[in-house]
Amino acid sequence: MKILIVEDEPQMLENMAQTLEAEAHIVESAVSFKEARQRIGVYQYDCILLDIGLPDGSGLELLKIIKNKGLEDGVIIVSAKDSLDDKLNGLNLGADDYLPKPFHMAELRARVKAVLRRRNFEGHTELQFGNVVINTSNRMIFIGKKEVELNRKEYDVLLYLTSNKDRLVNKTALAEHVWGDNIDQADSFDFIYSQIKNLRKKLESHKADIEIKAVYGIGYKLQNK
Amino acid sequence: MKLLNYTTTYFSAILLVLISIWAVVFYYAMFDEIYDSIDDGLDNRKMVLIARASKDPNLMQKPQLDEYLYTIEKVDFKNYRGFKDTYNDTLMYMINEEDYEPVRTLESIFRMNNEYYKIKVVTSMVEEDDQIENLLFYTILLYSLLVISILLLNNFFLRKTWKPFYHLMAQLKTFRLEKNQSITYTPTKIDEFTLLNNSIEKLLQKTQKSYEGQKQFIENASHELQTPLAIAINKLEILFEENELTENQAEQLQQALENLERLKRLNRSLLLISKIENDQFQPNENVDINAVIEKIIFNFSELASHKNMAMHFSAMEKVSKNMNPDLAYTLFSNLIKNAISHGNSGTDIIMELDAKKFSISNFSENSSLENEAVFKRFQKYNGNKNSTGLGLSISKSIAEKYGFRLHYFYKNNQHFFILKFL
Repeated sequence: MKILIVEDEPQMLENMAQTLEAEAHIVESAVSFKEARQRIGVYQYDCILLDIGLPDGSGLELLKIIKNKGLEDGVIIVSAKDSLDDKLNGLNLGADDYLPKPFHMAELRARVKAVLRRRNFEGHTELQFGNVVINTSNRMIFIGKKEVELNRKEYDVLLYLTSNKDRLVNKTALAEHVWGDNIDQADSFDFIYSQIKNLRKKLESHKADIEIKAVYGIGYKLQNK
Repeated sequence: MKLLNYTTTYFSAILLVLISIWAVVFYYAMFDEIYDSIDDGLDNRKMVLIARASKDPNLMQKPQLDEYLYTIEKVDFKNYRGFKDTYNDTLMYMINEEDYEPVRTLESIFRMNNEYYKIKVVTSMVEEDDQIENLLFYTILLYSLLVISILLLNNFFLRKTWKPFYHLMAQLKTFRLEKNQSITYTPTKIDEFTLLNNSIEKLLQKTQKSYEGQKQFIENASHELQTPLAIAINKLEILFEENELTENQAEQLQQALENLERLKRLNRSLLLISKIENDQFQPNENVDINAVIEKIIFNFSELASHKNMAMHFSAMEKVSKNMNPDLAYTLFSNLIKNAISHGNSGTDIIMELDAKKFSISNFSENSSLENEAVFKRFQKYNGNKNSTGLGLSISKSIAEKYGFRLHYFYKNNQHFFILKFL
C-alpha cells in the first residue's frame, strides 16, 4: 500500500514513516503544503496522513483539494491542536479519521489499517491472523470457521492486537484505545490483565493458533504459537 | 461605618462644641449690652430726679422706695468723701411674681444748697435663670436643626454625589476576572471620582490583559510541548519493537515511557483547562446525562471490578443538559474515576441522578478533605503518582462554565461530591 505522510516536523515524520514501512507499506513524505500539493497532483495514494498545521498552509485546504479532485485516497487528519473544530471540519470535509497528537505508534498502525481496509474492500472487511478471522463490518469473530462470542471490550482488544500483530503493544496504548482517553488517570493499567485473561481463555478453548504474550509486564504481543 | 454617617458624627461633635462656646459668648455679650442699657436708664432717671428735686424740696426727703422705686436721703459728706456712682445687683420682693426678683440699683451723691444727699434708683432686671433656660432651649433647638439639616443634606445631596462611587463598588463586588466582565463607569463632575474611575479602569485593563496573557501562555506552552512529547514517546515505542532488550533495559525504558505518558496527560489536562477557560468549547447540544453516566460506568467497569468495587447508579429522572458532549463526558468521568481511585477496595460507589442534582459517594478511611482545596489545581492526596491533580479542578471548571455548582462534603466515612444543576 502506498502512503503519503504530510508532516513538517522531521522527527515526527521519521517515526511515522519508520513504523509504517515496517508494515511493508511504501511511504512517501511531504514537509510543506506546496510539496504535498504537488505530490497529490501527480501520484495516487491509498492513505494520506495529513498534518493540519503546516508552515505554508492548512492541511484542511489540501483535504479540500483532494476531495474536489474526486480522489479516492483515504485521509487521516493529524493535528497537534487537539481541537474540536479541526476534528469536525476535517470529518465534514470528508476525512476518514482524525488522530490527535500525541498518539501511540500502535494507534497509528491500527487507524491506517482500518482506513485501508475500508478503502480497499468497500466496507466488507475481514482481518485474518492464524486461524482467527475478524469481520469488522459486523464485529464477528471466527476461530477455525466457528463463531466465538466476545464482549465489546474483548473484541476491541483482539482487533487492536491483531492490527498490531507481532508488535509489542504498550498497556497504556491498549487502555487508551479500548477504554478511552479518560481512563488515563487510573491507578494503574493492571485491570487490563483480567480482560486479557478472559480473552486468552476463549482463544485457548477454541483452539486458536495464535496467543497473547505478555512482554516484560510492559504490554502484550499477539503472535503465532 | 459609612462615610456619610462618619462625617455626620464628626460634624455633630464639632457643632456641639462650637455652639456651646457660642452660647456662652453670646450670653455674656448679651448681658453686657443689657447692663449697659439698664445702667444708662438708671443714670438718666437719677438726673431727671435730681433736676425735679431742685424744684420740689418735698422730694428731698424720701427714705421709702414705694412705687416710684427711688430714695433720697440727706447724708453727712464726711462719710462719703470720694464716693463714686455705684451700680449693684440685689433682690427685691415682687408682688406679681410673689418672689424675690433681681433688681439693679444706682447709688449716687449729689450736693444741693450746700447739703449732701444720697440718691438710690432701682429698676427691675432681667431674670438671669430664665434667660439661661431660654438660651439653653434655643441653643439646643439650633443644634438639632443643624444636625437634621446635615443629615438631610447627606442623604439627599451627598448620596447623589456619591452615586458614581457606589455604582462602581457594587460592580467590583461581583466582578470576576475569569468571566471577562466589563465595568460601566458613571460619568461624574467630581475630580476624585473621575480619578477613581480612571484608575480602576486602567488597573482592570492591565489585570485582564495579564490574565489573558497567562491563559494564552499556558495554552501555547501546552501546544508547543505536544510535538516533542509525541516524538519522544514514539521513539521509545519504536525502540521497544525493534530491539531485543534485556529485562533490565526494558524496565528502565518503560519507566522513562511512563513518565513521558504522565507528562502527556498533564499537558493534555492543562490544555483542556485553558480551552475551557478560553471558551473554546462552543458547540453545544442536548446531552443525555443518563446515557453519559451509563457509558462511563461501562467504560470503567473493569477498573472498578479490579478493585472489587461495585458501582450503583440510580436515576430518578431522565436528565438532559445543553452542553458540549465531550465536556459532559469529562465532567462525569473525572468524578467517577476519582471515586474509584480514592475509594477503598471492596466498597460501593453510589451515584444518584435527578433533575436537580447528581451525587456520587465513595467510602474511604481517609478523613475529610478540605472543602474547597479539593478542587484546587495540583491538589494531590495519598501521593497517587498517576494522578495529575487536575481532574477535580477540570470538573469544577466545566461545572462553572455551565452554571452548575460542584461541592464536596464528608459524612460517616463517605466522601460526597454533589453536582447541582441550577
